[in-house]
Amino acid sequence: MKRFDYARPMDLESAVATLSAGGEGTRLIAGGTTMFDLMKLDVEMPGRIVDINNLSELKTMETSGDELRLGALVRMADAAEDARLKAEFPVLSEALWKAASQQLRNMASLGGNLLQRTRCAYFRHGAPFACNKRNPGSGCAAIGGANRSHALFGGSDACIAAYPGDFAVALIAMDALIDVAGPQGRRTIPIAELHRQPGTQPQHDATLSSEEIIVQIRIPANAVGKASTYHKIRDRESYAFAVVSSAAAVRIENGVVADARIALGGVATVPWRASRAEQALIGRRIDAQTAAEAGRIAFEGATPLSHNAFKIELGANVVSDALMIAAGRA
Amino acid sequence: MTMNHEKEVIADTGGLSRRDVLKGGTALGVLSVAGFGTQSLAQAAVPSLPMAFRTEVEVAFRINGAQTALALDPRSSLLDVLRDQLGLTGAKKGCDHGQCGACTVHVDGRRVAACMTLAVQVDDLDVTTIEGLAEGDVLHPMQQAFIDHDALQCGYCTPGQIMAGVACVREGHAGSPQQIREYMSGNLCRCGAYPGIVAAIEDAARVMEG
Repeated sequence: MKRFDYARPMDLESAVATLSAGGEGTRLIAGGTTMFDLMKLDVEMPGRIVDINNLSELKTMETSGDELRLGALVRMADAAEDARLKAEFPVLSEALWKAASQQLRNMASLGGNLLQRTRCAYFRHGAPFACNKRNPGSGCAAIGGANRSHALFGGSDACIAAYPGDFAVALIAMDALIDVAGPQGRRTIPIAELHRQPGTQPQHDATLSSEEIIVQIRIPANAVGKASTYHKIRDRESYAFAVVSSAAAVRIENGVVADARIALGGVATVPWRASRAEQALIGRRIDAQTAAEAGRIAFEGATPLSHNAFKIELGANVVSDALMIAAGRA
Repeated sequence: MTMNHEKEVIADTGGLSRRDVLKGGTALGVLSVAGFGTQSLAQAAVPSLPMAFRTEVEVAFRINGAQTALALDPRSSLLDVLRDQLGLTGAKKGCDHGQCGACTVHVDGRRVAACMTLAVQVDDLDVTTIEGLAEGDVLHPMQQAFIDHDALQCGYCTPGQIMAGVACVREGHAGSPQQIREYMSGNLCRCGAYPGIVAAIEDAARVMEG
């Protein structure tokens, strides 16, 4: 691993200043479950590390009001156990506890989790394999290679790496907002604008600058969270990334759908909102037929690769099952 | 420890175990152990660096109840420091990427993967390893349960399984075999001793909560 210098600021203001002062090649670290991992693989080779774990203002979790506020340094395991998340936003709690292992959830921060990088084996391995995300301009070994775990949505000629996370998929269904601090002060971005599709620059996963820090995640506490689920299909029953996952939430009024939220994980380059499938449900009853139809619509426009076309049918079924589970909680 | 001394140790390995040589080798990267002249390292900021960045970092923490202080290369993982600096080889290096659970230890009572923890991040915290679990000669109920249920074959994953199992019970995640399997899924056992492991945790949970 490349040698790095280390700083541990005590508050947000000095953390931003330290990131700026560090200049190019400076990265921040929180739980370390992504950053330290990728440093061991020489994917990340920062010359300077800013450790933000002492920023107490990022550790608060306020879930009692009209808006849920989850500090960026809240650990995944702690948010997963929050009583209101479990009772009123099962999609969020499930997305957390179905991810990683309890050891990693005890370490990983919510902010870092949102920014975790792809599990594409070519990206993680590097040479002799080409990877435009790891080495821009080198090509993409996955497009003609082993691409079972790669994206059916949002890919480009340069990169088809899937976004691996779960929590961001649940958050995108809940219209969460991300508060960010940087040298120019604070700004708020919808979670749907946090991640970027690869296009011609797959090396940039997120729309944040290297000098910005996620401060907190805000979730509007509307009525669409209670009847929700995060349905995650894996190659083994636990402790694996999604083959296909679906966040689903519905609000039923007078027996018909008044609001529906569907997002997909494991199959797209970014957390993927299936808006057309949501729209198709409005004003209708949720039953096996309408849920299956929504599942099919969610996977319309998918671009299958040589090894993952099976995910179109599987994914439609996952969405359908997720909707039935969510509706069962209404 | 000077470079010259280091060369001597490595050149003459008579009477030294492989681990002793490895420990000596790692000390090169760790520079110094607290209590042995770390004062100068406290001021080790390199003048050309922006304020607050350190090339070496002083870390003080409690390991199995005993205070320790080290001056570390910030790259050091907690696992490497435990094994190579502190001689605590119970926590095992399996994958070194947080995927297998063999390195599981407790930091402030929470189970973590020591291989994915920067050692500088346990500054001022409590670290407990398998070596700190028994009370003198009396094994922890989880250790005893693993023996009673023969919950291992090769034993390499066992320290991590036991540390994870203790945390699993304390978290309240050992309520059923199904829940134990879910919350122990971060600890892999290539020998496939899972039935014994689940049974041991069920048993130990009754004793711990008794």
